[in-house]
Amino acid sequence: MPADFAWIRPEPWGIHVVPADTWIDPARAVPHALVTHGHADHARGGHGTTVATPETLEIMDLRYNTREGAVPVAYGETVRLGGGVDATFLPAGHVLGSAQILLKHAGERVIVTGDYKRRADPTCAPFTVTPCDILVTEATFGLPIFCHPPIEDEIAKLLATLRDQPDRCVLVGAYALGKAQRLIAELRRAGHDAPVYLHGAMERMCRLYEELGVPLGELRPVAGTPRDAMRGHVVVCPPSALNDRWSRRLPDPITAMASGWMRVRQRARQKNVELPLVISDHADWGELTGTVEEVNPAETWITHGREDALLRWHQLHQRRARALALVGYEDEDD
Amino acid sequence: MEKFAALIDALVYTRGRNEKLRLIAAYLLRTPDPDRGWALAALTGSLDFPAVKSSTIRRLLMERVDPVLWTLSRDFVGDTAETASLLWPEPAEATGAAPTLAEAVEHLSRMTRASVAGELASLLDRLDAAGRYALLKLATGEMRIGVSSRLAKVAFADAFGVAVDDVEEHWHGQAPPYEELFAWAADGAPAPDARHLPLFRPFMLAHPLEDASVSLDEYAAEWKWDGIRVQLVHAGPPGETGETRVYSRSGDDITRSFPELAAAFQIPGIVDGECMVRGSHQGGEEGGAASFNALQQRLGRKTVSRTMLTDYPAFVRLYDVLHWRGEDLRALPWSERRRRLESLFAELPPSHFDLSQIIAAGTFDELAQIRARTRDDAIEGLMLKRRDSPYVAGRRAGLWYKWKRDPLLIDCVLMYAQRGSGKRSSYYSDYTFGCWDGDPDAGAELLPVGKAYSGFTDEELVRLDRHVRQHTVNRFGPVRETDRSLVLEIAFDSAHLSKRHKSGLSMRFPRVHRIRWDKPAHEADRIEALRALVRD
Ligand SMILES: [Zn+2]
Ligand SMILES: [Zn+2]
Repeated sequence: MPADFAWIRPEPWGIHVVPADTWIDPARAVPHALVTHGHADHARGGHGTTVATPETLEIMDLRYNTREGAVPVAYGETVRLGGGVDATFLPAGHVLGSAQILLKHAGERVIVTGDYKRRADPTCAPFTVTPCDILVTEATFGLPIFCHPPIEDEIAKLLATLRDQPDRCVLVGAYALGKAQRLIAELRRAGHDAPVYLHGAMERMCRLYEELGVPLGELRPVAGTPRDAMRGHVVVCPPSALNDRWSRRLPDPITAMASGWMRVRQRARQKNVELPLVISDHADWGELTGTVEEVNPAETWITHGREDALLRWHQLHQRRARALALVGYEDEDD
Repeated sequence: MEKFAALIDALVYTRGRNEKLRLIAAYLLRTPDPDRGWALAALTGSLDFPAVKSSTIRRLLMERVDPVLWTLSRDFVGDTAETASLLWPEPAEATGAAPTLAEAVEHLSRMTRASVAGELASLLDRLDAAGRYALLKLATGEMRIGVSSRLAKVAFADAFGVAVDDVEEHWHGQAPPYEELFAWAADGAPAPDARHLPLFRPFMLAHPLEDASVSLDEYAAEWKWDGIRVQLVHAGPPGETGETRVYSRSGDDITRSFPELAAAFQIPGIVDGECMVRGSHQGGEEGGAASFNALQQRLGRKTVSRTMLTDYPAFVRLYDVLHWRGEDLRALPWSERRRRLESLFAELPPSHFDLSQIIAAGTFDELAQIRARTRDDAIEGLMLKRRDSPYVAGRRAGLWYKWKRDPLLIDCVLMYAQRGSGKRSSYYSDYTFGCWDGDPDAGAELLPVGKAYSGFTDEELVRLDRHVRQHTVNRFGPVRETDRSLVLEIAFDSAHLSKRHKSGLSMRFPRVHRIRWDKPAHEADRIEALRALVRD
């Protein structure tokens, strides 16, 4: 059966929609690109035309100044790519604007999920289950050890630490796109309405989220704030700043990190994390396998992550699957 | 068990030594006997449950999880106990209250090879993920939480306000859960009496001498011999036959591997020296020692055959004396202990003991020249000992230095990389490298010559890891084969003939000296270059 799908070809630097000469999330500049979401390993600048959701295009413009050639497509809307291929953008539940792309050609249906999750997220639209012949899925957390706990538990852990040590601050490392805003939105949902302090690299993205209709409550820059004012507060920074000289301006910070990798102790240790928060914007093992069962494709293609285990799961469940050797996907957003 | 699991978790995530000490001390203070004693035993690696092995846990999981998924998960996590704690299928219904630490220890020590599968499983069913992790760590004795047994003893000393040297001193006669030790430290009961037991006393260790020089008026120089450091102890109740034990550097009892040394040391006392095997081919200044390879034949044996004893006869080159005929000499200055050692040496059979010589050098420069001229393979370098230093446990700044010989260097090519364990489990941090078996431009092949997993910084590790991922040509489980593109300059102490490698050569203490990002792989060394350094 896959032979019939000659019109869609995985290449090392992206997925090629051959009749339309269009690439999905290409790792290099191409004439025509479809982009699932704004993370750096999926969205790159320099394409001739970039088709994506309006939110993703705003995010890309903020990060790479890619206004030129931008073609916005709303969720549920279909665009003709040429060569008899239609593309429909569907919510992926990963970050604001993130989309699965449904491709149709000669009665055949392929879905490229990009990155996705199935848990509720107040900052983006939920994943929609859509039938297809080939499901092209990520596998960032594609090992049975990954089981993300309810986010409420992790937020409660963070707030309890804050209460127990009111003379310190909790410094949370979180990716600047998606994770940071979800964390703040979940803090608000848990009733935490104190100001949240932001590393400079977070500010513009948070502002963009608010402009796009995601309220985040009172946010203040760390820059220019006296050290003592931040005691007992949450400070959010990119993971790279956690062990950086930058954090010396904070009042005795407790180092926390919001990431799915925090499920593994040694991972948290590597990053010198004292308070691991298992919060991820990717599907965990249960969500990955559950999604394949629900979508029930004839074949699964696995783009990036720990593909070996997911391949094995398919084998154990008599399902067809193959791993695509794509380059350049680095889990920016785990 | 909950409190112990919380302690283990907190220790995993705690960076600072002081914070670790505080956590352990707080636990010891608020936990009653016997749980606190069992916890201390776990932290000092003093527990052994022979029925529970890593392989037991693996088997238990294989019955419940697909073996391939287990292996992939284990490779990723880098730790069997943690993987098992994450993958354990929780029972649909609760199966009883979580066990206390003492209960868990009691269950674990009762388990036999036959009963372990059932009993360990039912304990795991009563715990949550953190409890399972703590239980499995406890059971296998591989805590890997960045707490050395020394640190745990310091925490114990801190908790009850006693001196850590006293703790070390009283420690070795005691067995978990250390109720006598707690009674002494916490409640002021008399210290346990261990004078008549042949107990291990912690070794005095040396700091590396880094780019500094010392005055030979203050320091004496001695060769650092290339054997294994041993402590011989003979003790017994007055009027009765005593017992002799041979201890390794870590305090392991290795008497059974060296029965002839124990038999030759029959005077009450404690001496410190280097255990080596007699041989003639070295012919160093004092001669008489075979290569480390020969000594290796004797290590790790539970019984020693007569042939072993004649083919590889062991002896001890004495460095120091701690006790002699009932007198504790450790507080005396080194020069005085040395004087005693030289005179008491006459009481020991020369067949099994000789004396490590003091190197006669007038100045530090002269000493440096002597060190540079040394070609004896039985010599690892020099020791510099402060003449007024008492014999104290562990490494004390400024007292003893080791000044190793400059390492040998060779340019090798990276061939395979494997994921590390523990903290490094997500990195390809163990490297196998090789040398060319001819002219690489004429189609020569690489032959593996060694493995290294140290010598690089954290930043270099990240770069090496990236290199491995981007240059993978083959994968075998946790191992990746890389293309032949990266040159590693390897430092090592000596080269030996070996049957283990196809190249017929092996290295001692290989480590990455420099990463030659700049050097083309075909310019790396050939196998002859390494063979030329062999002096077996
Ligand atoms: Zn992403
Ligand atoms: Zn991704």
